[in-house]
Amino acid sequence: MEVSIATSPPKLARKSMNEERKGLKEKITNSDIWRSMFRHGYEDTGRRYTLQVLQNVWLHLHPPRISRHALNFRFTWCMGGITFLMFLVTAVTGVLLMFYYRPTAEYAFHDVQYLEFDIPFGMLLRNMHRWAAHGMVISVMLHMFRVFLTGSYKKPREFNWAVGVILLLVTFFLSFTGYLLPWDQLAFWAVTVGTNMARATPVLGHEGPFAPQDITQSNDVRFALLAGTIVGPSTLLRFYILHCVAVPLLASVLMALHFWRVRKDGGISGPL
Amino acid sequence: MEHFIALVTKPDNVPIVAILFLIPYFIWLSYRQARQTDKAGVPSDAALNDKVYVWPYLCRNEFICAIIVMLVLGVWSIMIDAPLEEPSDPTKTPNPSKAPWYFLALQEMLVYFDPWIAGVVLPGLIIAGLIAIPYIDINPKGKGYYTIKERPFALAVFSFGFIVLWIVLMVVGTFLRGPGWNFFAPWEAWDPHLVVPLTNVNLSYLFGIRDADTANYFGFAVVAGYFAIGPIFYLWKQKSSQFLQELGLVRYIVVSFLFLTMLALPIKMILRVALNVKYIWVSPWFNI
Repeated sequence: MEVSIATSPPKLARKSMNEERKGLKEKITNSDIWRSMFRHGYEDTGRRYTLQVLQNVWLHLHPPRISRHALNFRFTWCMGGITFLMFLVTAVTGVLLMFYYRPTAEYAFHDVQYLEFDIPFGMLLRNMHRWAAHGMVISVMLHMFRVFLTGSYKKPREFNWAVGVILLLVTFFLSFTGYLLPWDQLAFWAVTVGTNMARATPVLGHEGPFAPQDITQSNDVRFALLAGTIVGPSTLLRFYILHCVAVPLLASVLMALHFWRVRKDGGISGPL
Repeated sequence: MEHFIALVTKPDNVPIVAILFLIPYFIWLSYRQARQTDKAGVPSDAALNDKVYVWPYLCRNEFICAIIVMLVLGVWSIMIDAPLEEPSDPTKTPNPSKAPWYFLALQEMLVYFDPWIAGVVLPGLIIAGLIAIPYIDINPKGKGYYTIKERPFALAVFSFGFIVLWIVLMVVGTFLRGPGWNFFAPWEAWDPHLVVPLTNVNLSYLFGIRDADTANYFGFAVVAGYFAIGPIFYLWKQKSSQFLQELGLVRYIVVSFLFLTMLALPIKMILRVALNVKYIWVSPWFNI
């Protein structure tokens, strides 16, 4: 033994050290203790990586393989993914907030106060919901900007761009309906100002051009939105249901369509 | 100055302060990549067929991105509390009353146009125009990479609309509008009693027309003449321009209408600021 080490060149010695390490690894992974914990190793094969995506319900949205440039943060800015993440955050925090909130003029404001001051982590919950919603509005606008700059709306992705534009609108509407729910001065007047323009809708608004005689402030398009002639308790209930049920459902359906079309239209765009 | 600082540090205006940094950053980022492509050429097919496994490469990126975003959101949520003002009171109108920040570009347009245009027609046309983009942009180049050289017109129009007419107006509406929706520079104190003389006159008045009927016809002529630029340009260039022939008449009508409508906003803004023009066209039914 001693003789062979002394006469072997250094290069060979290093190699044998590597082999020794490998042997040690094998010794550990072959030991009874290890094998009792892990039933099999992790195959380093393409089949393994493909199945990882195909067999996972959360990952099956992805194709097994994508082109390398789609990984580039500088290309996608990650904005679509961030928008979806923000939607998930608002959905989870929103459901938790619903446990503490009653959409009536008597209780709404006090429920928010109660949430902020008395419920453990209530303030943090509300903050996360609000900032994630604002974040979603920013990221969805930047996502649209990126998709335009890279020409990703071009054939065959025309229809998905249209779905995206509707999703942008839905995002605004989600944020806007949620804005009223704290029922404070900020909420009340922001929604009053925001919905006032509906008065002036041509034909359908009572102050708009070409409004027929029988369109009044109690049956025009603004009335339909507010469930009243001013922002009031029925508006609160209406916006609550739109915000918590109707619009999120619509957004989910459209998002499913949007993501599905991303794959069907050939994945993340690239020069062809 | 104190009013401006109060606006900038308002919790609900954090997103728009963030936008002030994010938009220039992403413009710079995309511009750099566009210049690179324009210099070095579009990547070849070989580079594109270079595929990688989603697991682990894409999933790892998504994971890292999600962690960073959640970290930012977590810190943001711990540091800054969501606003809660006094209970709502329909009898106490705050001055100024502002819509949520993402609608302030529309509220800013109300300065220049009547509500039925600024609040209904223009937003409707923005949506319709955005949806129409892929169907009217027949340029097959510039798909899936940043470039300026291959689609300068499309980029110029969209960037102008998004950055100037949406983001800048939003920022002005958020930070530079005070009581009575009057303009206040950052260093100016808000004066709730500020009286701004209403010296605006209609365009017809500037041309010496004092009679309502004549003013109506004059306004119609100006607006119709403005939108006639589209068809006149088409008739003039149709024969010589191969691009117009490829575009086709229907697409051309949509493009020119949307383009002229979009430009009408800055034109009206300039007319208002420079010449105190109130309306271009005063009719018995509506004013433009």
